[in-house]
Amino acid sequence: MNGSRAVLTRPHLVLTLAALVVAAALPFTVKNFILFQLTLAMVYAIAILGLNLLTGFNGQFSLGHSAFFAIGAYTAAIMMDRLGIAYYWTLPAAGVACFGFGFLFGLPALRLEGIYLALATFALAVATPQILKSTPLEPWTGGVQGIVILKPDAPFGLPLSSDQWLYYLTLAVVIVMFAGAANLINSRSGRAIVAIRDNPIAARAMGIDISSYKSLTFGVSAFYTGVAGALGAIVIQFVAPDSFTFAFAIGLFVGLVVGGVGSIAGALFGGLFVLFVPNIAEQVSKGLAGAVYGVILILVIYLMPSGAAGLVRLVVSKFARTTARQN
Amino acid sequence: MSTILMSVRNLRACYGATQVLHGLDFDIVEGGITALLGANGAGKTSTLRALSGMIEHSGEVSFAGKRVEGSATEVLARLGIAHIPEGRGTFSRMTVEENLRLGAMSRNDRAGIASDMARVYGYFPKLRERVRQQAGTLSGGEQQMLAIGRALMLQPRLMLLDEPSFGLAPLIVEEVYAILRELNEADGISMLLVEQNANAALALADRAYLIETGEIAMSGSAEDMGRDETIRRAYLGY
Amino acid sequence: MELFVHQVLAGLSTGGIYACMALAIVMIYQAIDQLNFAQGEMAMFSTFIAWQFLQWGLPYWPAFILTVAVSFVGGVVIEQVVFKPLKSAPVLSHIVVFIALFAILNSGAGFIWDYSIKSFPTPFGTTPLFGTGLISSHDAGMIAMTVILLLLLFVFFRYTRIGLAMRATAANPDSARLVGIRVGWMIALGWGMAAAIGAVAGMMIAPVVFLEPNMMLSILLYGFAGAVVGGLTSPFGAVVGGFLVGVIENLAGTFIPYVGRELKFTIALTLIVAVLTVRPSGLFGRVVVTRV
Repeated sequence: MNGSRAVLTRPHLVLTLAALVVAAALPFTVKNFILFQLTLAMVYAIAILGLNLLTGFNGQFSLGHSAFFAIGAYTAAIMMDRLGIAYYWTLPAAGVACFGFGFLFGLPALRLEGIYLALATFALAVATPQILKSTPLEPWTGGVQGIVILKPDAPFGLPLSSDQWLYYLTLAVVIVMFAGAANLINSRSGRAIVAIRDNPIAARAMGIDISSYKSLTFGVSAFYTGVAGALGAIVIQFVAPDSFTFAFAIGLFVGLVVGGVGSIAGALFGGLFVLFVPNIAEQVSKGLAGAVYGVILILVIYLMPSGAAGLVRLVVSKFARTTARQN
Repeated sequence: MSTILMSVRNLRACYGATQVLHGLDFDIVEGGITALLGANGAGKTSTLRALSGMIEHSGEVSFAGKRVEGSATEVLARLGIAHIPEGRGTFSRMTVEENLRLGAMSRNDRAGIASDMARVYGYFPKLRERVRQQAGTLSGGEQQMLAIGRALMLQPRLMLLDEPSFGLAPLIVEEVYAILRELNEADGISMLLVEQNANAALALADRAYLIETGEIAMSGSAEDMGRDETIRRAYLGY
Repeated sequence: MELFVHQVLAGLSTGGIYACMALAIVMIYQAIDQLNFAQGEMAMFSTFIAWQFLQWGLPYWPAFILTVAVSFVGGVVIEQVVFKPLKSAPVLSHIVVFIALFAILNSGAGFIWDYSIKSFPTPFGTTPLFGTGLISSHDAGMIAMTVILLLLLFVFFRYTRIGLAMRATAANPDSARLVGIRVGWMIALGWGMAAAIGAVAGMMIAPVVFLEPNMMLSILLYGFAGAVVGGLTSPFGAVVGGFLVGVIENLAGTFIPYVGRELKFTIALTLIVAVLTVRPSGLFGRVVVTRV
């Protein structure tokens, strides 16, 4: 089965530290717009990691994570614009709100498996923009036009532009949440979560309370994606219902698979993919952008059927085998 | 003079990067029953899988004079090799009757198929009682009978049986083995029988081979193998 | 009361569309044991091909038959070129390939035939059936066509050898090989048949919703809902499910407050999910018993 452990051996540690050094230096070497895009890619990576926890590690198929992203985004926007609360409080608030929604959705979802769960979550994704546009909620959500928010400045008078500050903020959130996810997966709870995916009957026979774990995982997964949504709202400075259609949910799913199901680091690749590839497709051919995107997807799956993480694993194991044979 | 129906030389097989068979040589006599004995993990199931083209393999395999190694599973089935795999391979969501009809999928003679179905029900009256039942709900013994019945519908020259006694009560094992003996004697169906249950296998077979970690360790007539010290101690329990 | 009856009939009309689509979905599910998320786009593309034949002067029924044939071949080609090389990939990766196919067909149709709305003719006439105003001739013809397709499929799967072989291939490809079934051919055949049925569905639906690249999306979703409610293993259930979804959608839109067009889909899906929690295999699906 695909990844079930978050490995942190010495080579991994070295690579991660190197990546962090590069990431920390970037804001001083690239243009603001690229920085903005990289920040957004990280936001998507966090959202994809949330989806990965639910679908990749726990085997619950969700096509509706755009809903949690939207809830997080709107929580942030409403707190900042309607209630005047500072932006940094919106992240935990969005996370908690989404945890609640996710957990509640996870309860009836317990009775659904596979494609039926996908359909139910898809309904959620389709419903979300419609609910956001609906008249009873308009005073809060701003209806079709959405809400505009102001970009926060760097705190304590640090010599950073807004874009640079937001980049570092997002990077910090990425580090904390990815480390948290790795911790969770390596813990006893994490093993239970994976066991439920691999063999629910055996898991139950071992005394694992499947219902609790599944609902909680739904909640945690929504938490992650909700925080990402709040960050996304702050970075883009704008929320509107049509930013969160089911097409976005499908995009997150594609990011999950392309990055590698069951791989925490893979979510980063997924985030980059979701951000950049549709743009690339459009540049290749405006009229056939969708077709180009589709062809790229097929090629990617053909070359890396288990996502980027799967390819890395393959290369590493082949490398390990050749060195072992030489010794 | 007995003819060799299937001869196997230097059979190697692997699952991905792990090699499980390291060059097997053995023969299956036409009209005979050959047993393949060995402990868990020795490579018995892998041998059958290699012979019916389900896993990657190399070597020389001849069946009825033709070289068949590397052939696709469905091609081998159409040549008359009926493999009853580990787990029986029944179509659990389909009825008993549909399972049997599927066994005859490569045949065109409607009259022959009909009479063979009747014969199968004759051998296994319990199946006739459960004709419309979902195969997955049958008991272990009934599923084994269904698997043998389905193999019969293929009009096989050679049956590959993977642990037919697995999970069955001793009385049922006796029943199944009696039927296998009858099929061999009455219809001349050759059999390659893989078993952990060496006692039953040696009672049925003419020839036997012992596999240990992917290699043939011993071979001989079933009688001789049954009397051999090492085999008795390790596999026959006395 | 009169409003209720009227809405039920209207629901049955739209339900006919969903039933047609649901049938195509269940058909391919029976063949390849996966849900084809690009089924709607394949149907849409086929309908555009039919439109093109009509533009080139072919009369309706020859264009219809030719389109079905071309679609069959197209389905086989897609299977051989796109899905066969990827068959060892994990399930979730397969779904991404379906998504890719969806994008390619949608974008391709828009590129070739542009996004303007085109009308598509119906062979059944536009007057109300028997002049009663209960249901239009086209709707009646569409329902009849769906039922005929359903009967043909039922007979095919239940009573023919190839139908049995296809079911076996979908259920357990390894065991199917062991009895000599040429599994590769069966899968290709399944795709061809699904594409052909999709073409028929598209040509039945287009006269009502008008032909444009995005016409099939919501219909596909309702079709899925109908197939799932009816039970994915039962073509009959799929058709019944499709009708049911049409009626539920219409009644929900009429009788539940705050629900305009937008929330109808959500209501319909919620009710379907409710059905599934009570009967997880759908209304007519065969309940699969597995011994642990």
